[in-house]
Amino acid sequence: MSGIPHDHYTPKTGIERWLHSRLPVVSLIYDVMMIPTPKNLNWMWIWGIVLAFSLILQIAVGIVLAMHYTPHVAMAFASVQHIDRDVIGGGLLRDLHANGGSLFFVAVYAHIFRGLYYGSYKAPREITWIIGILIYLAMMATAFMGYVLPWGQMSFWGATVITNLFSAIPLVGEPIVTWLWGGYSVDNPTLQRFFSLHYLLPFVIAALVAVHIWAFHTTGNGNPTGVEVRRDSMEIAKKDTVPFWPYYVIKDFFALSFILIIFAAFTWFMPDYLGHPDNYIEANPLVTPAHIVPEWYFLPFYAILRAITADTWIMFFLSPFMSAKLLGVLAMFGSIVVLALVPWLDTSRVRSGRYRPRFKWWFWLLVFDFVVLTWCGSQPAEGIVPRISAFATTYWFAYFLVILPLLGILEKPLPQPETIEADFDAHYPPKSAAVAGE
Amino acid sequence: MIKTRIIPALMAAVMALPGAAFAAGAETHIEDVAFSFEGPFGTYEKHQLQRGFQVYQEVCSACHGLKYLSFRELGSEIGPAFPTEQVKAIAALYEVADEEGEPGDTRAGRASDKFPANTGADAPDLSLMAKARAGFHGPYGSGLSQLFNGIGGPEYIYSILDGYDEEPECAADAGMEGSYNKAFAPGGYPDECKIFEMRDGNNVEVGRMAPGSWIAMPPPLDEGSVEYAMHGGEEGHAGEAPEASVEQMSEDVSAFLMWAAEPHMTDRKKSGFRNILMLLALTVLLYLSNKALWAKIKRKE
Repeated sequence: MSGIPHDHYTPKTGIERWLHSRLPVVSLIYDVMMIPTPKNLNWMWIWGIVLAFSLILQIAVGIVLAMHYTPHVAMAFASVQHIDRDVIGGGLLRDLHANGGSLFFVAVYAHIFRGLYYGSYKAPREITWIIGILIYLAMMATAFMGYVLPWGQMSFWGATVITNLFSAIPLVGEPIVTWLWGGYSVDNPTLQRFFSLHYLLPFVIAALVAVHIWAFHTTGNGNPTGVEVRRDSMEIAKKDTVPFWPYYVIKDFFALSFILIIFAAFTWFMPDYLGHPDNYIEANPLVTPAHIVPEWYFLPFYAILRAITADTWIMFFLSPFMSAKLLGVLAMFGSIVVLALVPWLDTSRVRSGRYRPRFKWWFWLLVFDFVVLTWCGSQPAEGIVPRISAFATTYWFAYFLVILPLLGILEKPLPQPETIEADFDAHYPPKSAAVAGE
Repeated sequence: MIKTRIIPALMAAVMALPGAAFAAGAETHIEDVAFSFEGPFGTYEKHQLQRGFQVYQEVCSACHGLKYLSFRELGSEIGPAFPTEQVKAIAALYEVADEEGEPGDTRAGRASDKFPANTGADAPDLSLMAKARAGFHGPYGSGLSQLFNGIGGPEYIYSILDGYDEEPECAADAGMEGSYNKAFAPGGYPDECKIFEMRDGNNVEVGRMAPGSWIAMPPPLDEGSVEYAMHGGEEGHAGEAPEASVEQMSEDVSAFLMWAAEPHMTDRKKSGFRNILMLLALTVLLYLSNKALWAKIKRKE
């Protein structure tokens, strides 16, 4: 595991030996839990446990919700009210699941931006990164379909808008949409298949998470310096690392507990704040809401989708080849594709943004851009919003396709620490140094 | 380290609520009423809910159903807290579908039934109306003001009920259908009251002479529409009831509708306090454990 030399499990008692020779599960758990982990990880490394917790929470609560929910257009909305009002603890289950989704996405965005800043995606961790992107895509599909299930106005119309996008695909678009819908509009077949897939995908996510962990256990964790753990010998490795258990398990639990306080504040005191009031209106195919908006975690991509109109600058070049609608769809998916390609787009030899002074500015601008896109997605596409959206979309793509490739070549990085131990000691001077009066 | 908190904080801060009042060209002002149930310590006021229910029963139920609310909730201790016999009597006033008879048969309601639906007059069901509307949209539609004022559903209902006014002069000859309401944004609006300007060869609407728009519902409340039942009385003393002004009835029925949308809110908040206190205790313990665990690593090499 991870190529870092470390102790292994040795079965001692008779029972242990019996089990170990048949199924080395204890050994597997030992190796996973005791993996030598860089000792300088900071608080941006806690999001993994928050994500794992969110997945387990959503699955557990979701399974119980599914016992009371009815996936049929005539009964879905009423069944959710039944859960809220009649099922004991039903209101809580529902609030946990709705806000649990938001917790999941807060954590995943923090986790992704951590990766972008510290160069976690760089060799040899490209596969970890790609699997992460796949998990993210599966999360988005799951969340999208889950939001349709209550069958409110936003559920129905959000489903209608997003499934209609596939009709932009030339030639096969319309047949694909009909196939997805199971009919000629979003209706009962659509709801039922979304329920089935919404139940299925979280387990696909769980499997991908296992592979994700396998991948970064193979390479070893990244760390804020981007300097690799020394692997010459067990003694030297111990200077750069601590075993995951108990040091990072306890640190992670502490961080998780803190995050859960904020989560509890939302779930118990403002459960509907992140939602949309229109979803408390039963779906009506004959009445279109004034403004159709997705949940907050999709807003940046919604902004990118809507940013491309006939007037957008890029259509000047591309209009002979495709409609603005198709380009909007391609841009929306493309914004995640460029994220997936970042290990190859970033030419820098230096992993961590800590030692890349110019990069830092562009990176924080990207974070700001993401927030701007979120706001743009929430607004009607009027006034200054389309122009800001176009700008912000351009920057998103420019960051990955132009800035990152160039920065690696043009930037002069700051000196990095020799070892993780050196970096750690700089933050936490050893006692002997303190005693010597430094 | 502050930087690492910015992303989730910003995420939480930039919210998703479109400003319908801005976009449609309609300006409306939603009155911020200080309801008793607002905030983490807020609870419903049982007498207000009883008065609100009386307004619903005597005025609104003519057109509006309440199909997701069970009669038994009227007896809830954290709601209107009507005595059990009164709950049964109220239920019996309503006709509900008889499951054991022919389709279309009805019987008197029981406490375990839900209020009937009402499809007359195209009026929407009110069970969730207080959660299906937003009164506040935050600066630039960001929804941030909702963190302080609440989403504003009951305030929206209050503003509509109290928002009926005389038609503005500009609309005198427009022949508008419905009734003019200062707080209602998505309704019809006559061109005669819009202000136009020529821009780039197009006649563009740049403002309106009067706020609000025309709503299909005629003004349901009038001064004294309902004679409030006395309540809060104790042995030997008569109870009291406030004057049934339009503002009072609007406020009471808005509070009632918020309760109808979320009858268990008080329990949710109580349990929220317990949970957060437990999490705080857990966090403190884990903080200390973490500190003790890492102390050796951090200070002694």
